[in-house]
Amino acid sequence: MDEPLISLTGVKKSFGPVSVLRGVDLKAYPGKVTALVGDNGAGKSTLIKGLAGVQPYDEGEVRFDGETVTLHNPREASRLGIEVVYQDLALADNLDIVQNMFLGREETSWGTFDEGRMELETSKALQQLSVRTVKSVRQKVASLSGGQRQTVAIARSVINKSRLVILDEPTAALGVAQTEQVINLVKRLAEQNVAVIIISHNLADVFKVADFISVLYLGQMVASVKTVDTSYDDVVGYITGSKTYTGEPA
Amino acid sequence: MSTAARDAETTEASPDPIVGDMIGSGVEGGVGDQVRAYFQRLRGGEMGALPAIGGLVVLAILFAFLSPYFLTERNFANLLTQAATLVMLGMALVFVILLGEIDLSAGVTGGVAMCAFIVLVDVAKWNTWVSLGVGFLIGIATGAFIGFFVARVGIPSFVVTLGLFLGFQGIELIIIGNGGLYNVQDPAILAIMNNNLPIWGGWVMLAIMVLISIGTSFWDRRRRSTAGVPNRAVVLVWIKVLVVAVIGGIVVGLLSQNRGTGFIKVEGVPIVVPITLAILWIGTFVLDRTKYGRYLYAVGGNAEAARRSGVNVIRIRWIAFIICSFLAVVSQLFSISKVGSVDPSAGVAIVLSGVAAAVVGGVSLFGGRGRLMHAAIGAVVIAVITNGLGLLNLPAGVNYAVTGGVLILAATVDAVSRVRAGGSLVRH
Ligand SMILES: Nc1ncnc2c1ncn2[C@@H]1O[C@H](COP(=O)(O)OP(=O)(O)OP(=O)(O)O)[C@@H](O)[C@H]1O
Ligand SMILES: [Mg+2]
Repeated sequence: MDEPLISLTGVKKSFGPVSVLRGVDLKAYPGKVTALVGDNGAGKSTLIKGLAGVQPYDEGEVRFDGETVTLHNPREASRLGIEVVYQDLALADNLDIVQNMFLGREETSWGTFDEGRMELETSKALQQLSVRTVKSVRQKVASLSGGQRQTVAIARSVINKSRLVILDEPTAALGVAQTEQVINLVKRLAEQNVAVIIISHNLADVFKVADFISVLYLGQMVASVKTVDTSYDDVVGYITGSKTYTGEPA
Repeated sequence: MSTAARDAETTEASPDPIVGDMIGSGVEGGVGDQVRAYFQRLRGGEMGALPAIGGLVVLAILFAFLSPYFLTERNFANLLTQAATLVMLGMALVFVILLGEIDLSAGVTGGVAMCAFIVLVDVAKWNTWVSLGVGFLIGIATGAFIGFFVARVGIPSFVVTLGLFLGFQGIELIIIGNGGLYNVQDPAILAIMNNNLPIWGGWVMLAIMVLISIGTSFWDRRRRSTAGVPNRAVVLVWIKVLVVAVIGGIVVGLLSQNRGTGFIKVEGVPIVVPITLAILWIGTFVLDRTKYGRYLYAVGGNAEAARRSGVNVIRIRWIAFIICSFLAVVSQLFSISKVGSVDPSAGVAIVLSGVAAAVVGGVSLFGGRGRLMHAAIGAVVIAVITNGLGLLNLPAGVNYAVTGGVLILAATVDAVSRVRAGGSLVRH
């Protein structure tokens, strides 16, 4: 099998006396979707906030492309090509799609914005992901539907030529049709050889899209399996703690 | 069914990419399409300064009927200089209001700077320009001070600047002395509000504005074509240029008439006008075309989103307060040039009018929405009310009541358009 793009070993994180991550290992491969599942409060969001550099880990090793790296702030993560699409999306409503897509990494020439180039790349990124539900890339994000906002957030990673895209519950607030769209979007992202980590409580979605499933239980990684080697009931068992995974981590 | 909804369904049916089917940027189509799109945006709640401009026209017509003096060249020039102080203060405040913050001390910051300036010039006999430099340094230092407490320590700007508002009134009293008053004697300072450009100077100013307007438009178009994206129909550029030229031509033309009452000719564009326009242009350039401006809007819209995108939110906030205080000093410089003297109440009364100017012009107090031009227009609306009611010899109380009513009306328009634009009435 390929080398993992990112691999975490023995990651720990506490908030005061509460230890939320207690020695977690995780791997993600280019072109593959890794699902991160676990019950509420298991520590999933905390785990990826560390990868994003917004909430650095206390301990543990992070290897990216085989090299040990530090992730102390969002800029370090973004320089490596790590892009996180958060549960709460975090788009600026008052800006349009292009402005949101390029926020923090605007294209300039002569010290001022090259709006044309940004517009073109936005259109291209959306096309690459087969998005056609937005009318204009100059629409204000405030006017978009939940699914469209999710789309914009995900498409940012294409613009940034991200190598690792992490999605925190991308379908949680979406209806059936829009969920389907986002799942397709995730697949297309992986087809571009991006390593994808997706957090979801919806196991149906997970089984549809993921190549690997990693299960967090009370801050520990209790199972890491290939989707084809496991079953719905097993995964439910790992999540609730009623079943113990005995195999080697995949 | 809307096209968006229809597209959503077809996307389900055919998930494969269709080459050449790019999402547009809203500039496609002829003039008719653009005009339709514009009205669609208006209906969607993006009204910008339109309500204020409408109000301005209505007020102007109203006062023109009520007072024969309102539409004279003399009053027009008066109006511009009366408005200039408020225009500048309103523009200053836009930088912090866009963040959803406020600077209640903007007026007295300028006031303290001018008190220091006048005492250095009159008492310490310092050079005018050095003293003015000290005044501006006081502004910058004050902005940095506020920015430190708001952006770094995390105290609400309302509290920090309220504290300064009170404290700086005391400092003005200490510098000038109770009941003290210094006259401004330097002709260069007095000239800002009281002297005019030569007539040709006004036309040159207008020509420069038109040239800049044409230049930036075609520069943008060229960059867009180079990138390979469509441009708006070129006739729209010429319409815009024509509007600038015609309105500017009327203004400069009016101001080029002799408006003196005695034997001495008074004519030309007041010097404060090009200064204000230059600052408006530079500020707008920064807000629209540079990273700092974009991040200011982003932080005002969603600070967390900006932070996660790698924007240094603290720095953006900090600098905004410095810009605000700096421009507030310019505003009070205009004021003392007009009044001709400095007393310990400099800048105390005006700050809330500055906030009102921004809001009336369509700048949202919730942050993230508004332009410098909006505050300038709002300030002119307030100046017209003051000027017009003054001409009618109505008591000052009426002026306050009317201005207050207009402010509430404007805030309501803002709140309602926010709901239409997809936001909520409450701040989140
Ligand atoms: N900043 C913080 N300070 C203190 N405790 C925190 C903080 N962030 C998270 N926690 C705690 O860490 C635990 C894990 O939280 P986390 O958000 O990572 O869970 P999660 O797996 O993402 O849950 P969910 O599925 O509900 O999103 C929770 O008990 C939470 O209360
Ligand atoms: Mg979570």
